[in-house]
Amino acid sequence: MRRVPDTAARIKIAPDGKSIVTSDAEFVINPYEEYALEQGVQLKEKHGGEVTVLTIGPEKSTSVILKALALGADKAVHLKAENFPDDPSAVARAIAAELKTVEFDVLLFGKKGVDDDNQQVGPMVAELLGIPCVTQIVKLDVSAGKAMAHREVEGGIIVVEATLPSAFTAEKDLTVPRYASLRELVAARKKPILVKEPQRFPVALEVVSVQYPPPRPPGRVLGKGVEAVPILVKVLHEEAKVI
Amino acid sequence: MHGPILVFAESSGGEFRKSAFESVTEARRLADLSKTEVHALSIGHGVKGQASSLGKFGADKVSVVDDESLKLFHPDLYRQIALDLAKKISPSFILLPATSTGKDLAPRLAIHLNTVVAAECTELEIRNDELIATRPAYAGKVLLKVKMKGNPKVATLRPNVFTAKEVTPPISPRVESLSFEKQVTRMTVKEFVTHGARKQDLTEAGVIVSGGRGMGGPENYKILEDLANVMGGVVGASRASVDAGWRPHSDQVGQTGRTVSPTLYIACGISGAIQHRVGMINSKVIVAINKDPEAPIFGFADYGIVGDVFEVVPALTQEMRKYFGKN
Repeated sequence: MRRVPDTAARIKIAPDGKSIVTSDAEFVINPYEEYALEQGVQLKEKHGGEVTVLTIGPEKSTSVILKALALGADKAVHLKAENFPDDPSAVARAIAAELKTVEFDVLLFGKKGVDDDNQQVGPMVAELLGIPCVTQIVKLDVSAGKAMAHREVEGGIIVVEATLPSAFTAEKDLTVPRYASLRELVAARKKPILVKEPQRFPVALEVVSVQYPPPRPPGRVLGKGVEAVPILVKVLHEEAKVI
Repeated sequence: MHGPILVFAESSGGEFRKSAFESVTEARRLADLSKTEVHALSIGHGVKGQASSLGKFGADKVSVVDDESLKLFHPDLYRQIALDLAKKISPSFILLPATSTGKDLAPRLAIHLNTVVAAECTELEIRNDELIATRPAYAGKVLLKVKMKGNPKVATLRPNVFTAKEVTPPISPRVESLSFEKQVTRMTVKEFVTHGARKQDLTEAGVIVSGGRGMGGPENYKILEDLANVMGGVVGASRASVDAGWRPHSDQVGQTGRTVSPTLYIACGISGAIQHRVGMINSKVIVAINKDPEAPIFGFADYGIVGDVFEVVPALTQEMRKYFGKN
């Protein structure tokens, strides 16, 4: 799970031209991980067991950890680092190193972070641990040491069966996250958070520069109501040449 | 001398996808710049007969693995095949399409090759012998230029951004069948279930007619379906209408949905919040129909009509029917 700027946040490029200023953004649990967490909590409610959230991130990640604990996680592991590199392979290796000593049945990730959009960590961790990984899932059923997952692909879904322990990355349709009550938010403060240092690995991805996308040339309003329709068809054909 | 450029040429039902030709074309361009070969890999069932067609787009060599068990994308089996080949030919770059398959396969390969993926690239360039990849982050609110340490460099290419182009004269590629022994895996890929009648995915569609909160309810999407049908397009939706339960998430365009780049995007009753904007801003032409003249969508649409979608859309369908009837 990771802490990311809210999707409604305006993104500003830092003066160095290589990074993003996020200081005035509102931070949330990465939405895809919220769907994953909800799935974990639902599995616990159905089958028993325990849900642990794991995050790599700065001190400030504590706020999203508490939120996750209020939403139903039982405990948290915070691999605390102020400037952990934004490199999917280094993040995946650090997570895999931590999980090597942990027993689990189901390992859930968000399909991607809505900040860097890399979409790599889940399958990388699974490959490092040598366990199956089904990405972009919209449905998950678990029984008798097996999981049946629906993976969303272009034009449909692919049904995949995997032996546990297995990893999954959540697509938006997987679950509808619940809201935490005030009582749960208070109770979350009593749940255990294990704080450790993440292991460090070589960084393979380097950002050379960041820029804003080129603006679209200004368009024009063709008119009001149905009278404008023939004009639209004409310009799409003659000017834009798209029909 | 650089290693070859390895391209994963994705197929579906025994036919190459458009993204396969796009990836091979881009690989050809890079191979000419760095004076190396394009080595395509085709995995699937019934793909062998098509393999040499990749030569038209610039493949020098095509490795094929054709097996019934590979009909649908199987992460473990595809990864095993691609990884074995990559270890054998030591490519300088590996290119894959940024489709559901490519985005699953690329990180698996990369981690075993001690590298990382430049994901969803919209541009690749070679500068001082280094690969520089341009890729959107924060759903396209910014563009990053990235480079990768080590070899090979792995990149996924966003569909519809790179244009497939045939080479002249066409190449007759060397085609080889790779031996394939199905490894034991703890994953079984059972079946593909289509979303129904819809033929195209949003990410591959040429025309998208999208509806937002202004559609008022799920029953009103019928008028958008009618327009899309007349134009050979598909229907998309804003987050507001998906969150309201009017449309499935697979229809959602935007930061937590699909990123699309059709030739024509018609936004109906969509205000144009940044969340939506980033998912469709790379459309070639954007048309907005909205009754609120102050809606942000008019700030970046190419053409706008201020009006009631329930009047304008049926009139547009009528007009398009006449137009397409004539042409």
